[in-house]
Amino acid sequence: MKTDDLVAMLATGVAPVPRRAASLRLSVALLVGVPLSFAWMLYEYGMRRDLVQAMFWPMFWVRLALPVCVAVTGFVIVQRLARPGVRVHKVWLGLAVPLLVIWVIALVILLSSPAEERPTLIMGQTWRTCAMNIATISLPVFVAALIALKGLAPTRPALAGAAAGAMAGGAGAAVYALHCVELAAPFIAIWYVAGILLPTLLGALIGPRILRW
Amino acid sequence: MAKSDAERVLHDLFVRGLDGDAAAYRAFLQKLSTHLRAFLARRLFGWPDEVEDLVQECLLAMHNQRHTYQSDQPLTAWVHAIARYKMIDLLRSKAGREALHDPLDDDLAVFAESATEASDARRDIAGLLDSLPDRHRLPIVHVKLEGLSVAETAKLTGMSESAVKVGIHRGLKALALKIRESM
Repeated sequence: MKTDDLVAMLATGVAPVPRRAASLRLSVALLVGVPLSFAWMLYEYGMRRDLVQAMFWPMFWVRLALPVCVAVTGFVIVQRLARPGVRVHKVWLGLAVPLLVIWVIALVILLSSPAEERPTLIMGQTWRTCAMNIATISLPVFVAALIALKGLAPTRPALAGAAAGAMAGGAGAAVYALHCVELAAPFIAIWYVAGILLPTLLGALIGPRILRW
Repeated sequence: MAKSDAERVLHDLFVRGLDGDAAAYRAFLQKLSTHLRAFLARRLFGWPDEVEDLVQECLLAMHNQRHTYQSDQPLTAWVHAIARYKMIDLLRSKAGREALHDPLDDDLAVFAESATEASDARRDIAGLLDSLPDRHRLPIVHVKLEGLSVAETAKLTGMSESAVKVGIHRGLKALALKIRESM
């Protein structure tokens, strides 16, 4: 087929194309994924019983704000990486700043506590399961985001996969925070961050394999 | 034509095309193919035979991904990113990583030149089209090649109208995949 014939073929019978497809499809992925994650959290782990009481503690909101920041930033980055030729610019700071903040808070708390309390602050009671739980809860958002990305055009698939993973991990951690009993900043700085990193790494690994077009 | 003029003209045609104006879209693809041809020929000097194939592959990719363009973005950047992505793919399959050094991270000069002389593509897209399953092939043949409407095609093939639309969409994506595999 000659190029002119291909051009004629492509231009014949074209319908109007919906705009802002990247934001739209990724929003749909969140709208489908987050309720599923939430339902899974309710079914498998259950909401913490003293949730209403916990809402009066500042640390409860810090623990919720960190992953929400990561999820929102992840969304902005993915929808940029999903469109050819769009740069991410300084949006990365939306991931770096919350991380730095929680690490600084954690460090201050660790340094100001007596040495014998430090292991408890870091390990809590649930360090064995926390990161894996977050990764599991983030799975519906992760899958939905990758399906959305497959219908878009990421030219840097590893980065796009990682950003989708960060978005899913952030959403998963925010949902898990409604169950989790740990409130110590050092615990969150390590295990919540690890829980978010798991899907991020997974996304970076499988992105190049499944997001090619 | 100056670079910024090309951007303006192409952007205007493309946006009208995205709104469903087939004539504007066809003019866009035609102009775009001349720019792509010159852009790729300059960078693929080692493989002149590949240029027309890659032009076609880029056109199909840009058509399939046209929903990822937002009109507030410079069209040059969008076109350049896709052309570069497809070129890297080709070079990877051709020569491995050594070939990736110099020509790729260039400026956004994709509209700077144009080459109207199309040499023949070596890969035959019509042949690849024939190898698609009927649910993809028939909608493309009737709507995109013969110019029938979606409704007429639905009647002719016994498919539903939405199946015809989906068939075109998925079929062109499947075609792009076949092109990649034939590389």
